Amino acid sequence: MIEGKVYRVAGPVVVAEEMKNAKMFDVALIGEMNLMGEIIGLKGERATIQVYEETGGVGIGDKVISAGHPLSVELAPGLLGAIYDGIQRPLDVLKSKVGDFIARGVTAPAIDRTKQWDFVPTAKVGDTVTGGDILGVVNETQIFQHKIMVPPGVAGKIIDITGGKAKVEDTIASIETPAGRKDLQMLQRWPVRVGRPFAEKMQPTIPMLTGQRVLDTFFPVAKGGTACVPGPFGSGKTVIQHQLSKWADTDVIIFVGCGERGNEIAAVLMEFPELKDPKTGRPLMERTILVANTSNMPFAAREASIYTGITMAEYYRDMGYNVALQADSTSRWAEALREISGRLEEMPGEEGYPAYLTSRLASFYERAGSVKVIGSEDRTGSLTLIGAVSPPGGDFSEPVTQGTLRTTKVFWALDAPLAYKRHFPAIHWLNSYSLYLDDVKEWWEKNVGWNWKLTRDSAMALLQKEAELEEIVRLVGVDALGDKDRFLLECTRSIREDFLYQNAYHDVDTYCSASKQYHMLRTIMDFHELGKKALEEGRGLNQILSLPCRREIVKLRFVEEARFEDVVKALGESMQHQFDNMGVV
Amino acid sequence: MLKNYMTVNEVFGPLMFVEKVTDAKYDELVEIELSSGEVRRGKVLELHGDRVMVQVFEGTSGINVGETKVRFLGTSIELGVSEDMVGRVFNGFGIPLDKAQKVIPETKLDINGSPINPYSRDYPLDFIQTGISSIDGMNPLIRGQKLPLFSGAGLPHAEVAAQIVRQSKLLSGSDDFAVVFGAMGITFEEANYFISDFRKTGAIEKAVLFINLANDPAIERLATPRMALTTAEFLAFEKGMHVLVVLTDMTNYAEAMREVSAARKEVPGRRGYPGYMYTDLATIYERAGRINGKSGSITQIPILTMPEDDITHPIPDLTGYITEGQIILSRDLHRKGIYPPIDVLPSLSRLKDLGIGAGKTREDHADVLNQLYAGYARGKEARELAVILGEAALGALDKKYLQFADAYEGKFIAQGRDEERSIERTLDIGWELLSMLPEDELKRVRPENIKKYLKRGKAPAGQSEENRRK
Repeated sequence: MIEGKVYRVAGPVVVAEEMKNAKMFDVALIGEMNLMGEIIGLKGERATIQVYEETGGVGIGDKVISAGHPLSVELAPGLLGAIYDGIQRPLDVLKSKVGDFIARGVTAPAIDRTKQWDFVPTAKVGDTVTGGDILGVVNETQIFQHKIMVPPGVAGKIIDITGGKAKVEDTIASIETPAGRKDLQMLQRWPVRVGRPFAEKMQPTIPMLTGQRVLDTFFPVAKGGTACVPGPFGSGKTVIQHQLSKWADTDVIIFVGCGERGNEIAAVLMEFPELKDPKTGRPLMERTILVANTSNMPFAAREASIYTGITMAEYYRDMGYNVALQADSTSRWAEALREISGRLEEMPGEEGYPAYLTSRLASFYERAGSVKVIGSEDRTGSLTLIGAVSPPGGDFSEPVTQGTLRTTKVFWALDAPLAYKRHFPAIHWLNSYSLYLDDVKEWWEKNVGWNWKLTRDSAMALLQKEAELEEIVRLVGVDALGDKDRFLLECTRSIREDFLYQNAYHDVDTYCSASKQYHMLRTIMDFHELGKKALEEGRGLNQILSLPCRREIVKLRFVEEARFEDVVKALGESMQHQFDNMGVV
Repeated sequence: MLKNYMTVNEVFGPLMFVEKVTDAKYDELVEIELSSGEVRRGKVLELHGDRVMVQVFEGTSGINVGETKVRFLGTSIELGVSEDMVGRVFNGFGIPLDKAQKVIPETKLDINGSPINPYSRDYPLDFIQTGISSIDGMNPLIRGQKLPLFSGAGLPHAEVAAQIVRQSKLLSGSDDFAVVFGAMGITFEEANYFISDFRKTGAIEKAVLFINLANDPAIERLATPRMALTTAEFLAFEKGMHVLVVLTDMTNYAEAMREVSAARKEVPGRRGYPGYMYTDLATIYERAGRINGKSGSITQIPILTMPEDDITHPIPDLTGYITEGQIILSRDLHRKGIYPPIDVLPSLSRLKDLGIGAGKTREDHADVLNQLYAGYARGKEARELAVILGEAALGALDKKYLQFADAYEGKFIAQGRDEERSIERTLDIGWELLSMLPEDELKRVRPENIKKYLKRGKAPAGQSEENRRK
C-alpha cells in the first residue's frame, strides 16, 4: 500500500506527493473521509487524482492512500433491479445509511453480501472449463436466469462444485489450474475502463424491435448496433428513451443517467416497478439496472458512470443475452471530461474539449456489438448502445455530436419544430438515417412481410416528394397543384399522422408490434396505389378522399394487437370493395 | 486561536493569493481584515502547496499586500437558519437588512448543500393553479418542479412572476407555504416592485428575501441563490412547508461566475462562460423537488433574461437542459399588447403529463392542450403564409386556422394582470376556441371528450360562464 500526502487541490483534481510506485488508473482514497478517486496522471512521485466526491475540507498534507487496484465494478447476481451512482454505490443502501442527501465518503458494497442465492450447477466435477464457461445458474429475479461464468483468464479442471444456497462470496466451485487450485465465487470484479473479452464480433442482422413505428419501420437499429439520439431540449428525447426501455425486445436494459435531472430518475423509479414487461408480465425493474449520476452529483463520477454501465452490460452480454444500454447524455459526460481536462491544465482542442474526446467516444461506442462470447460453448450475445447527445443551442456541428455521428450508425434526428407541432415521437423522417436497413431486411421479409423494404422505401419516397411539393405550396398555394399531387399530399399526411405519429401515453398506441407496423403502413400504401389508379381512371379527388375507409385507417393505431389481424384484413377487403364500386363522375 | 496570515502576495480581479499557509482547507470560509479594520469574506478556490487562492466576495478594492490580515475559519460558508427568517429581508450574503433583531439560528447549514439522493426523490405530481391560462392550460406548473421564465430586456417577467406568486394555489386545498426570493444584481426598482407587491398582497408575511442589488458586490451573487435555497431546503424538508423559490436574474449570476473564471485564467467555453457552468447551474436548479416521506416541497421559478432574446445563448441553453421545461416570453406578443406575453409553442412543462387529467385537473386537459398546441402551430404557419401571399390566397381551412390563432392569442393567452382563471375556465375557453375548427380537424382529442365538451364550447362567443349556467 502506498501512502502519500495532498499537495494541491483544485476542485475534483487533487495532486498528491510521495506517491512513488503508484499505478495509473488505480483507486486512491483521500483524507480522513476516504474520498474515492482515481489516479489519472503521474509525474515523478506526484500523482494527479480525479476525485469522485466534493473535495471541500481537504487540506494540504492530508493523507492519500493508493488502493492498488483499478476502478472496478462488482459483477454477481443482485445487479438487476439495482440503482447505482456513477461509481456503483447502491443509492438505496446509501439512503438507509445516511438519509435523503448524499453525504461524502460513504461506501457500501454494490452487491448485497448477505443475500442467499440458490445456485444450481450445470457443470460437474471433472469438466474442463475455460473463461466464459457456465458453471451454473441462479434465478436472479422471477424472470431472469443469471448464469455464473468462469471469469475470463481462468481455465482448468473442476475438482469441486456445490449447489444449494450460497452467498456471493461463498466458494461454489474449485478449479485445478496450472498455477494450482483456484476457488471461484459468484462475485467477480472487472476494471471499468477495459472491455470484457469476446471470441469474435459479428455483423448485426436482427433488428432490435422497439414497438415505435418510426424507429422500427423507418430507421431500425440492429441488436448489437449503435444509435445516436440528439435532442435540442424540449424535443421529447426523454420520452423516447423511456419508451425504448419499456418496449425494446432485449433481455436486459441498462439506463445510464449521466448528468440527468433528479426528477427524471425519480420518474423511472416510479414507473418501472409498475410497468410490466410485455413478454412476462413482471415488473420491468426485474430486468433493468439504473446508473444515476444526476447533474448536481460530482461530475468526476459522471465521467466514470458510462464505463460502470457498459461493464455491467458486457457481463450480461457474456451470458448470451441481448442487452441494451442507453446513455443520457453523452454530452454531459463529455463536459465532465472537459472540466477535468481544464483542471489538469491540458491544452484544449475544439471548444475547450480535450483533444482525446473523439477517440474516447469512439472507443466507448466500439464496446457495442453482436458477439460470439468466450468459452467452449457456442454462444452469442449482443450489446446495443444508444447514446443521447444534447447539442448546445441545437447546433449539430459541435464536437460531441460530430464525434458521435462518426461512430454510430443510426441517427434519430429529434426535431424541435416537430415537437412544437406536437408530432411525437418528434423524429424527423428526412434528417434521420439508419445504416442497418440492408442488414435487417432479411429478418423483416422472412418474418413479417415479403415486401417490407419496398413498402418502407416507397413510403419514404412519398415523404421526400411531399417535402418538395410543400415548397411549391408555400410559394404558390395548394390550389396550384394537380389532383395527383394533392392526392399524394393527403397520403403523406396520412403516413405522418396515422403512422409516424405515436402517442406514448395511449394504452394501445404506445406499443406497436412489427406485424402491426407492417400492415398499417401497407394499408396506407395500398390506399395510395388504389387511389392513384382511380385518379388515372378519371375518378374525382374528392370522391376518393371521402371514401369511408379513410376513417378506418385513422383508427388503426388504436386497434388492440389481438383484434388487429381481423380488422386490417376486413379493412383491406372493404377498401378494395369501395374502390371497385366507385361510380364514374 | 486562529492564525493571522499577513502573507498576501498577489491581488487581481476578485482573487487574492496568500502564501506560506499551512492549515487551509479547500472551499473554506476566509475572513480578510483590511488595514482600515474592515472585515470581508472570501472562500478558498485552490490550494497549491503553501499557496492559497481566495475569492473575495465583497471585492478586492482596498486590499493591500503588506497589511491585510487573512484568517482561515475552518468551516465552509454556512447560513444560520431558523423558522423566524420568514418575513425577513437579508442581503445577498444572509445578513439582515431590516432593522429588526438578529435571527437566532436553530442550526447552521453549509450553503452548498448536498445532492438529494435520486432514490429518495418523490416524483412531482400535484398541479399548481397559477390562474394564468397559458401556463395552467398549456404548460402547467407542478409542485416540486423547476420551471424558469426565459425573458428579455424590457419584457414584463417581473409582473408575470409576481402574479404567479400571488395566485399560486393547489386545487386540493392549501397547506403551509412560504416564498423564498433571491435577487441577484437586479435594480432597486425591480426589487422594490417585488417587495411592494409582496407587501400589498400580504405575501411578505410568508416570504424570506435575499437581496443583492446591481451595485452590491458582484461576487456576492455567487452565494445569494445558495443562501436562498439553503433556507428553502430547511423550511421545506425540516419544517414541512411548501416553498416557492423565485430567483432573479440568473443571467447576472452567470456573469459573476464568468468574472471569477476569467480572473482564474481558465479556458473559456462558449461566449467566455466557464466550461463548468452546466454543473454549477445544476447545483442550483437541482435543489428543487420532493422527498419521499417528507411533507414539504421546493418549487423553483428562476428568471433569466436572454441576451438579444437569443435562446441558444449558453445561459438559457444550459438552463433548459437542467430545468423541467421553460416558460418563454415573446417580444412579438408584448408588442401586440398581449399580457402575459407567453410564447406558448416553444414553452414547455416536462412534468405536466402526470400532473394533469382526471382527478387532478380535468379528464380532457391533455387532449385540449395537444389540440390547442397543434391548432396554434398550424395557425401561425398560416399567418406566415398570409404575409407572403396575402390572406386572400389562403385555403378555406388555413383561413380558419388563422382566425383560430388570432382568437387564441386574444382570448386564451391574454388576460388581466389580476385576473385569476380557474383551470375549468381555462379549459372551457380552450373548447370555445376549438369549436372554431371543423370537427374532423380535432384529431388529438378523444371522441368521448369531443362528445362531452365540444357542445359546451359551442355556446355563443363572448358569453360568460355565469350567463351560460343560467
